[in-house]
Amino acid sequence: MYAVFMKELSDHLSSRRFIILFMLVFLSAMFAIYIAIQTIRSVVGPTTETIFIKLFTTSGDNLPSFLFFLSLFIPIVGIALGFDAINNERSSGNLSRLMSQPIYRDSVINGKFLAGLAVLAIMVVGVVLIVGGLGLRIVGVPPNGEEIVRLMAFVFVSLIYGAFWMALAVLFSVFFKRTATSMLASLAVWIFFFFFLAVIAGGVADAIIPVDANSSVEALANNATLETSLSRISPCTLYAEATMALLTPEVGTTNTTMMVLGAYSGRMGNPLPLESSLLLVWPQIVTIIALCAICFGVSYIRFMREEIRSI
Amino acid sequence: MAQAVVETKDLTKVYGEDFTAVNKLNLHIQEGEVFGFLGANGAGKTTTLLMMLGLTEPTSGSVSVCGLDPSRQPVDVKRIVGYLPERVGFYEDLTAAQNLRYTADLNKITKAVAEPKILELLETVGLKDVVDHPVSTYSRGMKQRLGLADIWLKEPKLAFLDEPTTGIDPNGIDYVLKLISGMGKRGITIIFCSHVLPQVQRICSRVGILSKGVLVADGPIDTLGRDNERYRMEAEVDNMSPAVVEAVKAIPGVEDVEAQERMLIVTASSDLRGQVSRAIIDTGALLLGMRIEEFNLERIYKRFSKEAQ
Repeated sequence: MYAVFMKELSDHLSSRRFIILFMLVFLSAMFAIYIAIQTIRSVVGPTTETIFIKLFTTSGDNLPSFLFFLSLFIPIVGIALGFDAINNERSSGNLSRLMSQPIYRDSVINGKFLAGLAVLAIMVVGVVLIVGGLGLRIVGVPPNGEEIVRLMAFVFVSLIYGAFWMALAVLFSVFFKRTATSMLASLAVWIFFFFFLAVIAGGVADAIIPVDANSSVEALANNATLETSLSRISPCTLYAEATMALLTPEVGTTNTTMMVLGAYSGRMGNPLPLESSLLLVWPQIVTIIALCAICFGVSYIRFMREEIRSI
Repeated sequence: MAQAVVETKDLTKVYGEDFTAVNKLNLHIQEGEVFGFLGANGAGKTTTLLMMLGLTEPTSGSVSVCGLDPSRQPVDVKRIVGYLPERVGFYEDLTAAQNLRYTADLNKITKAVAEPKILELLETVGLKDVVDHPVSTYSRGMKQRLGLADIWLKEPKLAFLDEPTTGIDPNGIDYVLKLISGMGKRGITIIFCSHVLPQVQRICSRVGILSKGVLVADGPIDTLGRDNERYRMEAEVDNMSPAVVEAVKAIPGVEDVEAQERMLIVTASSDLRGQVSRAIIDTGALLLGMRIEEFNLERIYKRFSKEAQ
């Protein structure tokens, strides 16, 4: 497996695809930190304890934050690293030659997946370090221990989130013969979850629990809870909630209803301790890991059972 | 009898519900042999190879490769077998040497051993000048030759070559066939799958003919060629007469004589060209030419395919 891993890793790192993706992520990081530095003064109050991680979450008036960029690009990077893992080998005639080498069959898919994961790690860690480093230099406020742990947790969540999208893309690459099909299928799933599910969840929640200007607070809360539950089908929502809770301790909840109520009751502004934040995002993290494991498991089984056929 | 390196017993592969790709195949391939595996496209040659490699599970029957069971010990089998698939592919962005290096890594050949060997092999297969070009710039024939180097690198005991000459120009075919017989001379047992008969005839010592999954013939080319051990001779006689026919018929061993204008077709149990020519000349007729029918794989192949249908 080591040989497959090393080969795939070096292929990735020297490929144009990687360079393009890295440029994209790098530029967005630069852009985001520019916005953050422009506006960070306005969001930091005299009592703010976590200034450093604000660099990652601060957005401009109409301009998105680094966090938003990352939540947009991680799925794209994951998909780009995985969508042609197996079917490209097949269509280029490499697969049967590779299979006739003295390696176990799962080494191929494991090696490829791990190599993709390594590339993803290089990219995420790299870009977080770049933003952190530049921020440190320009803002001049060093991170405290808690912030470092929060950032590490954030990197970890981002990694498993990327791993999920890669596993999904690998799954499609096992099932579909053509690389174009598997790429489009992965992108379609991403677009559905990222853009449409929120709208659909809102619509379904409104249909089940109709609300208008005269509705009771209870009905409004129920409606919002239902909408949140529905949108949590999407790994995009899970990731957004997890990173939000990790990087903005002031919010203190992943429940939108509670956020609204918290804002009214003056709960907002008292940052949640680190342990509580971690506890809060634990379900989200576990779910993303599970989704990733399911996708990889299905593709693994399918790949192992598949017969190499001549016709 | 020499050691059997590949042996199959009633090997059968059924795809889906009712498509029998290989039907009760019994093969016995000996060490050092160059075995020609013939059959039309879709006859089951590749499926048989895949079962020998353990890439496909047989539906019933068994295969043994050097005493190993490919479906139970696939990695051990793959260590000693080199497989060149039909339309072999390589990583297009990598160079020939990089592709071979990957094969060496997968076979756990150390760098110190692999590096000089890769260069030597690329020189042998005539790719020395393009070592540093990416494989995407290679022609079909160059890829096939690279495929042979790829097999050679792991020093297999056996090589399974699946249609290695498809889509190559005549010069390229010549080169590839030379390389294959070179491998055979180094003691590698070769199974050469093809439907191109003259090529098989050139390099194989023994052939098996597969038709719709059934092995319809198996044996050395020259014995398969003799129709029930019969020899057919054709003699061109200037002034044909019944006396000539009678004289030839009188030769012991001659079984049938047929006269067609100037041609005299003689069937006998052995090569009787000398006696036949003397008999013709003794009758006073003039013998213009004579030839004995060569064993011809194409005819064998057609005959067996027809019989199978």
